[in-house]
Amino acid sequence: MELFKNLINWASGPTVLFTLATVAFVLSLKYTQIWSKKVAYLGFVVMTAFYFLSMFDPNFYLIVAKPDNVPITFVLFLVAFFTWYSLYQGVENDKRIAVGEEVLEKQEQEKVWVWPDLVYTELLCMVLLSIGLMVWSILLDAPLEQPANPADSPNPSKAPWYFLGLQEMLVYFDPWLAGVVFPTLIVVGLMVIPYIDTNPKGNGYFTLKERKAEIAIFLYGFLILWVLLVISGTFLRGPNWNFFGPYEYWDQHRVEPLLNVNVSDFFWVQLLNRPLPSNPFLREFLGVILTVVYVGVLPVLMARPKDKLPGFLKWASLHGYYERMGSARYYVGVSLFLLMMSLPIKMYLRWAFNLKYIVAFPEIFFNI
Amino acid sequence: MQKILNALSSAWDATTESQVWKSIFRHGAVSSNRNRVLVMMSNVFLHLHPVKSRKAGIKLRYTWCMGGITFFLFLVLTFTGLLLMFYYRPTVEYAYADIIDLGEHVPLGVMREIHRWGAHAMVITVWLHMFRVFMTGSYKPPREFNWGVGVILLVLTLLLSFTGYLLPWDQLAIWAITVGSNMARATPLLGTEGPLTAALKLGDINIINAGNDARFALLGARSVGENTLLRFYVLHCVGLPLAAALLMAVHFWRVRKDGGISGPM
Repeated sequence: MELFKNLINWASGPTVLFTLATVAFVLSLKYTQIWSKKVAYLGFVVMTAFYFLSMFDPNFYLIVAKPDNVPITFVLFLVAFFTWYSLYQGVENDKRIAVGEEVLEKQEQEKVWVWPDLVYTELLCMVLLSIGLMVWSILLDAPLEQPANPADSPNPSKAPWYFLGLQEMLVYFDPWLAGVVFPTLIVVGLMVIPYIDTNPKGNGYFTLKERKAEIAIFLYGFLILWVLLVISGTFLRGPNWNFFGPYEYWDQHRVEPLLNVNVSDFFWVQLLNRPLPSNPFLREFLGVILTVVYVGVLPVLMARPKDKLPGFLKWASLHGYYERMGSARYYVGVSLFLLMMSLPIKMYLRWAFNLKYIVAFPEIFFNI
Repeated sequence: MQKILNALSSAWDATTESQVWKSIFRHGAVSSNRNRVLVMMSNVFLHLHPVKSRKAGIKLRYTWCMGGITFFLFLVLTFTGLLLMFYYRPTVEYAYADIIDLGEHVPLGVMREIHRWGAHAMVITVWLHMFRVFMTGSYKPPREFNWGVGVILLVLTLLLSFTGYLLPWDQLAIWAITVGSNMARATPLLGTEGPLTAALKLGDINIINAGNDARFALLGARSVGENTLLRFYVLHCVGLPLAAALLMAVHFWRVRKDGGISGPM
């Protein structure tokens, strides 16, 4: 039992959990047969059993049963279910398309009376939801802690749960990026999706094969970079935003050594064995170049055809997309994609090299 | 037994044939096709619907009813919120005590529970609605604009929830809002600790300081306090719901104008 708990604690660590989730995500889009009913039943049983058995652990119970954390359990189960449900229907439709049949939604094209066919469904939804909400409200009191005291900040201080993905980003980026620029980019990025996605297929029915790239990018952002971070931010981040496994006690006094270094330290101190230059622009030149290459040069390079790229970059050619999308759509789309991927890149750089800042101008609060 | 049924049936007939009933419902029982049209045409709430719809489009397995559930939750929250406003005063002196009273002295005091859990649920259903719309490719032409309206509605939902989070005025509330609003301090050019803000100078004086930066605009003060509570209360009860209602009207209107529930071409 202890072994099992230790294993789960280990697997929930940010590095392991994020890597496992990413690998599972990629595999699940490659081997699409796992989006079947059998796997769904199995997944549901395993998740429920895990939850039920874990409730006997006092540390697990303390965090998960906290009233304001209850919605996160709903998030976990609902997002898992609906991810499965949409991909299951997508895979079923793909099978039909493969043998030349119509997609499921293409059948039943006849028009039916909205009264009763739709309004009764809506009424039923309303009644069931009302009952559910009332039962939930009677069984579980809304949380109310001690009266507000500006002099006594609790540890951990957490934002509302739906912003915990952003708060988790604060570990890897400064507030101006994690709290201002990235949220803005998420909103802008979502709004431009219909204008940069030029694939005419998959409009009005579930499918995976016909829009694999779009779905993979969206699901990666939603499931891994948003929902996973919200859930781990709620359940696995304790005092001082330290990581705690689901069966660990949230020890207020746990100290985690932080030995974070910047790119400038790597270059000047470790590589050239010199003190940091006093001129900040000279000090940060490598980080600035890296950043400019990533957001400015890389999209241009990736637009070129394979044979015009150096060998190590051939795999990254997006020339086909450039041709299909046109330059405006391509540059907006690729820039947004690269900025999204900067989060996992920064995460792994942190985990692998303790990297704190690629560019650091603390003088003007400009750190990346 | 038969007698009772007969009596009920004639009472029903008398009701539906009365002048009052007929003045409200301009059509007979919804059992003929003619009346199925009339019920949609003559009812302001039902007329959001078309009279007929493709069978595949209204299937639960396709829509998950998530948009409808989200709208219903918005209505529940508006109603329970209205009731809560009878009791709650947005001042540092009374706010917390009024929340306690809501649970302890108000008969059937589950309104706050319904409001809070409903709000959490609405955030989740908005996400899932959006997720479904993405997975069915329903944002594709001709529905691009309505997807954009939906994204703004998502933001408004989160802001509604965020502003409401402060109102109980307990430790959970002020520290969550403190953590959240501290971000505004780092806004480029507009926050005191934002990149490039220091470049905005008149002579030696910084134009942007803690008394006028983006965070101050959000909180109405240098830290979460009385002004913040009032500001969030007004936004939560008036400003944001009005904006959301307006955009919902656009959203529903455009669902119809863009060809109804999406489906394969």
